[in-house]
Amino acid sequence: MRPVAVIGIGKTPFGVFPDRDIRDLAVDSGQKALANARLDPGQVEAFYLGNFAGPSFVGQSHLAPYIAGPMGITGVPCTRVEAACASSGSAFFHAFSAVAAGLYDVALVTGVEKMTSQQTPRVAEILAMAGECCTEGKAGATFPALFAMIARRHMFQYGTTREHLAAVAVKNHANGAKNPDAHMRKVITLEQALAGKPIAEPLTVYDCSLVSDGAASIVLAPLDRAREWTDKPVRVLGIAQTSDFVALDRKEDITVFEAVRTAAGKAYQMAGVGPNDIQLAEVHDCFTIAEIVAIEDLGFVSKGHGGPYTAEGCTELTGPRPVNTSGGLKAKGHPVGATGVAQLCDIVLQIRGEAGERQVSRHDIGLAQNLGGSGASAVVTILAAA
Amino acid sequence: MKGTVYTETLIHSAPEAFVSEAPYQLIIVTLENGERVTGRVSGDRVSIDDAVILADERNGVPFFRKIS
Repeated sequence: MRPVAVIGIGKTPFGVFPDRDIRDLAVDSGQKALANARLDPGQVEAFYLGNFAGPSFVGQSHLAPYIAGPMGITGVPCTRVEAACASSGSAFFHAFSAVAAGLYDVALVTGVEKMTSQQTPRVAEILAMAGECCTEGKAGATFPALFAMIARRHMFQYGTTREHLAAVAVKNHANGAKNPDAHMRKVITLEQALAGKPIAEPLTVYDCSLVSDGAASIVLAPLDRAREWTDKPVRVLGIAQTSDFVALDRKEDITVFEAVRTAAGKAYQMAGVGPNDIQLAEVHDCFTIAEIVAIEDLGFVSKGHGGPYTAEGCTELTGPRPVNTSGGLKAKGHPVGATGVAQLCDIVLQIRGEAGERQVSRHDIGLAQNLGGSGASAVVTILAAA
Repeated sequence: MKGTVYTETLIHSAPEAFVSEAPYQLIIVTLENGERVTGRVSGDRVSIDDAVILADERNGVPFFRKIS
């Protein structure tokens, strides 16, 4: 297996864009990533698309070539990868594997979701299809409900509080306010977060990520050729994708994302680093509780201490370990299929020192954690300055 | 069929097909044989560790009731 580097990134802003369709968003981000790597579309040897529910949200299937064609990419393998909210993290994993194996030298990965053309109850229904439809779905579960049940149990076992959850939202909104591409650039207070409208108790609207439109793209190449296309290559130091049961009731302890633990263990081993070496991270805060569980499962803090660690400010931009400097899914937005690649783009920006107002001081090595469903898919990627 | 409540939530924002039922409580119950099932609640709201019994089954979904 040969070393692989990121040579280009490109994103659309995340938000509500009634005038932009799924293809327009995806093509825009792809063209930006190719321009960032000074590449022509004809040089792309494989295209991977991460997308969760395009057929349900916009009524279009066969999405990979549908998007690649107008980008100027034809005659090469174009593959859509679906792993719920981990769709594009997973697409990135498969692109990495192919480049590392020597199948291709230049691979483009795009993640996209167009969600806002549907009304909220229909969006909830489509998202719920990432759960176990024959039990959870039939009982009327929503994704907020599944994570609310995780939150309740975490509170019961470890004493996590509503204030701890709200601290995640307050921090991520503060970071999002500094991100020009974020869906919601609005600072919120702890009081506001605590007084939010209930969605699935104990979660309020401020505990939930946003329903957004958006796309993100990233270009991979072998490390030994990376400087042909970029002055700032970022090496993929470690990466792993793992899985677990889809149904929450099949998990022994729902306060743990076992797939995240195993993916993190493998990624750390591959990278030859440990949790204490990670200087910054983008984690999958689809709900505030998910960020707390993630930082525990990644080993940043011991089990049950994610809430206090966050409330003490340890994960703020100026804290010892900044988490979700982009604003996270909470404030940057969560166009489901775009999220995994967007997280990686944000880590690359930080490592290159191009993150503007939200740039952190230690930025040589960062981690991205992308979660699918209520923990059935997980991808953990460690990136470092090359 | 008896068990204890492993976790629960009260859903306010429901999917399209369940909007008319909201708010409703969703639970995971640990049954006496150790298995876990996802279901709903009839009657009084329940909390973690409450003892519950199967009260009804609608459309294949188990509904549990608190044992007082």
